[in-house]
Amino acid sequence: MPYKIIGSQCTACSACEPECPNNAIREKDGTYIIKPEKCTECIGYFDDPQCVAVCPVENTCVIDTSVARYQA
Amino acid sequence: MESKDISDTARPQDSLEGVAVAVSEHKGCGASGGSGKAGCGSSMAPEDMAQGVWEKVKNHPCYSEEAHHHYARMHVAVAPACNIQCNYCNRKYDCANESRPGVVSERLTPEQAARKTLAVASAIPQMTVLGIAGPGDPLANPEKTFKTFELIAREAPDIKLCLSTNGLALPDYVDRIKDLNVDHVTITINMVDLEVGARIYPWIYYRHKRYTGREAAQILHERQMQGLEMLTERGILCKVNSVMIPGINDQHLVDVNKAVKSRGAFLHNIMPLISAPEHGTVFGLNGQRGPTAQELKALQDRCEGQMNMMRHCRQCRADAVGLLGEDRSAEFTTEKVMEMALSYDGAARRAYQATVEDQRQEKAAAKGAWLEGLRERQSDIAILVAVATKGEGRVNEHFGHAKEFQIYEAGAGGAKFVGHRRVDLYCQGGYGEEDALPTIIRALNDCTAVLVAKIGGCPRASLKEAGIEPVDSCAHEFIDAAVLAYYKGYVDRVEKGEITHALKGDAAIRQGAYVAA
Repeated sequence: MPYKIIGSQCTACSACEPECPNNAIREKDGTYIIKPEKCTECIGYFDDPQCVAVCPVENTCVIDTSVARYQA
Repeated sequence: MESKDISDTARPQDSLEGVAVAVSEHKGCGASGGSGKAGCGSSMAPEDMAQGVWEKVKNHPCYSEEAHHHYARMHVAVAPACNIQCNYCNRKYDCANESRPGVVSERLTPEQAARKTLAVASAIPQMTVLGIAGPGDPLANPEKTFKTFELIAREAPDIKLCLSTNGLALPDYVDRIKDLNVDHVTITINMVDLEVGARIYPWIYYRHKRYTGREAAQILHERQMQGLEMLTERGILCKVNSVMIPGINDQHLVDVNKAVKSRGAFLHNIMPLISAPEHGTVFGLNGQRGPTAQELKALQDRCEGQMNMMRHCRQCRADAVGLLGEDRSAEFTTEKVMEMALSYDGAARRAYQATVEDQRQEKAAAKGAWLEGLRERQSDIAILVAVATKGEGRVNEHFGHAKEFQIYEAGAGGAKFVGHRRVDLYCQGGYGEEDALPTIIRALNDCTAVLVAKIGGCPRASLKEAGIEPVDSCAHEFIDAAVLAYYKGYVDRVEKGEITHALKGDAAIRQGAYVAA
C-alpha cells in the first residue's frame, strides 16, 4: 500500500519532494501529492518512509489502504 | 547595470586577515558602562572592533545596533522546508498580521525573490541586506536558497547576503556559503546540554532518518558547533540567536554564550520566547510562558561581559521588508512586484549611504559634548528611558504613532541601548484609542521617562499618573544626546530634592499578535 498525503493537513512546505527516492511526490493545486503507482514505501531504499520522517505535521503522510500493497 | 562598481567598495574584498582573531577578541561595544566607551555609535570602528569587522557590519541592521537606525533589510521567503521541529514553532500557522519568525504570507521562487529584491532596492535606498530566513530552514532548501543568492549577486552586487539556519545542515554547505560571498550567517542555538535540547526539539531529520530525544539533541548540537567553527575559520561573521525559555534554558543560556563565544561567534542575540495558545505551538498550548522584560535584560546583562549582545532584534517575519521595527512587506507582494517598473539605481543608493556617513560623522563629533559633566557627578543612579523614533537615530516619532519604543539605560557611564518594546498602534486614523494606553504603559512600566517628538494631553496625563514622565522638549535631537540630557536633569532634580528617585517595576513583553498598520 502506498503512502498518501492528507491535503487538508499539508502545509506545502515541500520538504518531502526532494527526499522521495522514487520521485513520486509533486505539487498540485497548492498542496503535495504522492503518485501511488510510484510509491514503494521506501522499501529497498531506507528504513523509514522519507515523507513521513520529514513531514512537519503528524499523521499527514499515511498509508493509503485503498490501493494494493507495493510488491518488492 | 550601473551598480557593478559598487561591489568593489561596498563589499571589502576579504580584508579578512585578523578578522578571526578580532572576532574572538571582540567583547562588544558599550559593554562596560563605566569605562567611557560610548557604544556602537561612532562612525569609525568602535575601539575594540577591528576595522575589517566594522566594514562588514556597519551597514548591516541586524549586526550593528547603530546601523539599524539607518539601514533596512529584507527577507525573501524562498525556503519553506525544515529539517527539525522546535516546540516554539508551528508550521501550519500563517497570518498576515502576525510578526514573528517562521511566518510568511506567500512563498517565492528564486526568480520572484530576485525580482522582489530589485524592486525593494529601487524603492528603498537604505535597504542593504537580503536575508533568507525561512519560513523553514534555508539550508534544508539549498537549491532554492543558493539560486536566489546567485541571481541577486548578479543583478545587485552591492547588497549584502545573509542567511539564518538551525545549523543541522550547515557543515555541508559552509564552502558554498563562502563561495557565494555570504558573509553573515546566523545560527539559532538554544542549548549545549542534551537534556535541555530534548525539551526544546521533539525531533530532527538527518541523513534520511528521524531522530528524537537526546539522540536528536546530540546530533544537532554537534552539527551546530562544527558549523560555527567552520564559519569562523573562513572569516564569515556569525551571529548566534537563542530563544529564552523560562524554566527550560534561561539559566543554561549563559553556558551557551560561553560555548559560542569560544568558537568565534561575533554577536549573541538572546530573544524572548513568543508563546500564545493561538499560535498552536507545543509551548503555546502547554502554557509555557515567555520571559518578562526584566528577566530578559538580566540574562543579557549577565552574558554581556562575555561578548557583544544584540538587543535590537525585532524577531521579524521571514518575509519582512524595511527598517527593523517597521514592516513594508505588504507594499511588495508578488502581484505588485510583477507590475513594477524596475530601475535599479546604484547612484541613488550610494548617495543615500553617503548621507548616512555624514550623519554618523556629525553624531560622532557631537558625542563628547553629551558626556560632559556626567562623570564628575559620581551618581550611582541608573534609569531606563523609552524613546519614540522612526529612524536616523533621532527622537522623531509622535507618541501616538509609535509602533514600538526603544529603551535606553542611562547612568554615569553614558547611555546604552538595551532593548525595545513593541506596542500596538495607539493612534489610528488620527484618533487616540484609549484602550491601547494601558498596554503601552505596561510595556514601559520599568521606564522613568518617555522621550517623544510630540504627545497629546490625554496620554500625557495617564503616563504621569503611572510614574512615567513624558518629555517632548528634545524633539528631533539625537537619541543619545536627549537621553543623557534628560538623565543629567533628572540627577540634578534628585540632588536638589525636587523629586525622589524610585526603583521601577517590571514590564511586559508583547506576546499576542502584532497588527501591522
